[in-house]
Amino acid sequence: MNPHGPAANPVWAVELNHVTKTFHGTAAVCDVNLRIADGEFFSLLGPSGCGKTTLLRMIAGFEAPSDGSIIIGGTSVGDMPPHRRDVNTVFQSYALFPHLSVRENVAFGLQMKGVPKAEIATRVQAALELVQLPGFGDRKPRQLSGGQQQRVALARAVINRPKVLLLDEPLAALDLKLRKEMQIELKMLQERLGITFIFVTHDQEEALSLSDRIAVMNHGSVLQVGPPAEIYERPLTQFVADFIGECNFLPGRVTAISDGIAEVETSSALRISGTAPQPVAPGDQVMIAIRPEKVRLIEGERPSISNAFPVQIERVAYIGSDTRIIVRLPDGSSFDVWESNTISTLDPAAYYAAGDKAWLTWTPQNALVLTE
Amino acid sequence: MAKTLADARANVRHGGERPVTRKRVPWGAWALRINALLTYIFLYAPIVILVLFSFNAAKFGTRWTGWTSQWYRDLWQSEKLQAAAWTSIKVASISTLIATAIGTLAALALSKTRWRGRRAFDSAMYLPVIIPDIVLAVALLGFFTLSFRGLQSWLGLNLQLGLSTVIIAHVAFNISYVTVVVRASLANFDQRLEEAAADLGAAPWQIFWRIKLPLILPGILGGALLAFTLSLDDFVVTFFARGPGVNTLTTEVYGRIKRYVSPEINAISTVMLVLSMVLVVLSLFMQRRQSSRTV
Repeated sequence: MNPHGPAANPVWAVELNHVTKTFHGTAAVCDVNLRIADGEFFSLLGPSGCGKTTLLRMIAGFEAPSDGSIIIGGTSVGDMPPHRRDVNTVFQSYALFPHLSVRENVAFGLQMKGVPKAEIATRVQAALELVQLPGFGDRKPRQLSGGQQQRVALARAVINRPKVLLLDEPLAALDLKLRKEMQIELKMLQERLGITFIFVTHDQEEALSLSDRIAVMNHGSVLQVGPPAEIYERPLTQFVADFIGECNFLPGRVTAISDGIAEVETSSALRISGTAPQPVAPGDQVMIAIRPEKVRLIEGERPSISNAFPVQIERVAYIGSDTRIIVRLPDGSSFDVWESNTISTLDPAAYYAAGDKAWLTWTPQNALVLTE
Repeated sequence: MAKTLADARANVRHGGERPVTRKRVPWGAWALRINALLTYIFLYAPIVILVLFSFNAAKFGTRWTGWTSQWYRDLWQSEKLQAAAWTSIKVASISTLIATAIGTLAALALSKTRWRGRRAFDSAMYLPVIIPDIVLAVALLGFFTLSFRGLQSWLGLNLQLGLSTVIIAHVAFNISYVTVVVRASLANFDQRLEEAAADLGAAPWQIFWRIKLPLILPGILGGALLAFTLSLDDFVVTFFARGPGVNTLTTEVYGRIKRYVSPEINAISTVMLVLSMVLVVLSLFMQRRQSSRTV
C-alpha cells in the first residue's frame, strides 16, 4: 500500500497515540491507540455513547483531544483547525447548505481551495456522475430524497480528494433497503477512489460486510481491533462477543489446561472444554462464549465427544433459512441454537418440536474461554 | 406531526363512535364565538372609523356628509407635512441602518460565544422592549442634557437637541428589537452547517459570508423592517429627544390635534397605518422565509 515500498517508518493514513477526551471530568474517549493504513476501510463500531463519534470529531478537528496526539498523513495535526486538515467528513445529518444548489454544494470545497472555475465545473460534473446524480445539479437540497441528499453529501466530500474520508453513521437515516444499496455503493466507491475511509457505525452487520478492519469500542475505549472474521470468530472479551452477533454465555472456573484446551467447570458443575484466545491459568474465573450457529443437536445415544449435554427443546421458531431453537441445559439455564435448514422438506419429523430430548454438542474450538 | 395527525384521527374516530343520545345546543362554543367577535370589534372599530372619516366630506364634526378624497390631496400638497414625512423617513432609515448593524453583531456575539455575564447581558437586551416608552424617553433626555453639559465644560462643544438626538434615541431602542429578531433566526440556524463548511476548507470569515450570513439574512431584514416601522410609529421618545423645529409625522400630527381633530389628521393616520401594516407583514414574511429554508 505504500508506493515507496517498505520504509523504516511507514506513513500511516491516520495515527492516534494515547488520544483522550474528557468533557467536564468524564472521559468520552480514553487512551485510544490506532494505526490506520492508506486505502483502508476502517470502521469504528460500538453502541451509542461509546465515544466513536467523539473520536471521529477529533480527527476532523471539531474537538481537540485533552491528551495524546493525532497524526494525519505523517503530520501531527495538534490544534490545526478543521479547514486546514486534509480530511473531509460525511455527516450523519448530511449538513447540506440549504441555500445553495446541489452543484454549488459540491463545488464548495474546491472554491475554498481557489481551484480555477473551468476545472471546478468539470470536476463537479464528474463527482455528480460518480454518485449517479448527473442531472441534479440545479436542484436545491430540500428537493431531494434522503438517499439523494446522502449521495450529494458524499460527492461534496470526495470531490476534494482528501487523504481520509470520515463517515459519521452516514446510512443511519436511510431505510433498510436503501441502506443495503448504499453500503454496496460506498464500498465500490472506496475501492475505486482508493481513499482511506474511517466509518463510524453502531450496526455490526454493516461494519462486518464493509470493513477491512474494525475497532470495537465501549465506554470510550477500544476493546479489540482486527479484520471482521477475527472480531467475530475470536472475540477477546465478553462485550465484543455479545455486541457482534449472538452468543451464549456460561460463567465458570478453569480447572485444567492441556494442549491449548482449557477445561472449565461451570457454577452448575457442567464440565466444558474450550479454547482460550488469551492465556488463562487453572483457578481463573472465566466466561464461556458459544455462538448459537456453532453447536449441534444430536438425537439418540450419547455421542462420544467431550462436550455433550442432555437438553430438552423448549421453543422452536422456523425462520426460513434457519430454525432457531431454545433448549434447556441440565442445570436449568436456557441456550440458543440455530440450525441451518440445509435440506428442503415439509416432513414434520425433520424438525424438532418442543418437549423433544436431544444432546447439545460442540467442538472445543467453538467454545471460547474469555477472561472478561 | 405524525403524532398530531394520529391524534386527530383518533379524535375523529372517537367522535364518530360516540352514540348520539340527544342533540345539545353548544352554548359554550357560541359564547366563545361571540366573545371573539366582540374582541375584534373592540380592537378594530376605532381604526375602521378613523379610516372612514378620512374620506368624510365634512370639514368639522362627526357628521357624515359624503365621500371625498380631498384630505388626501391636501396632504399631498402640504409642505409642512411633506417635510415631516421626509424627517420621519430620514430618522427611520438612518436609525434602522445603525441599529441593524449593531443589533446583528450583538446577536451574533450572544449566540456564538460563551463568556462571563452573557446571560445578564442577554436579559438586559430585552429591557428596552419591556420598559414604558416614557421612561426611556425621560432617561434619554436626561442622558443628552448631562452629556451635552459635560462635553461643553470639557471640550467647549455647544451641542443642542435636534435631529441627530432623535436618531440616536431611535437607535437606542431599535437595537433591542433587531437583536431579539436576529437571535430568533440564529436559533434556527443549524450549527452543523458551520462545521460542514469548515470541514470543506472554509476559514471562519468565509463561513460567515458564504453560509451563515445568507441563511440568517431574512431574519436580519425582518429585524430591520421591524425597526423601521417602530421608528416611523414612535411618538414619545421622539417628542422628548427632538430639538426645536424638528417634526416627524407623529409629532406633526400631535401638533395639529391640539386644535381639533381634522379630517387631514385622519388621512395622515390612515397613510401611516397602511404603511406600518405593509412593513410588519413584510417583516413577518422575511422571518417566515428563513424557517422554510431550513431543510
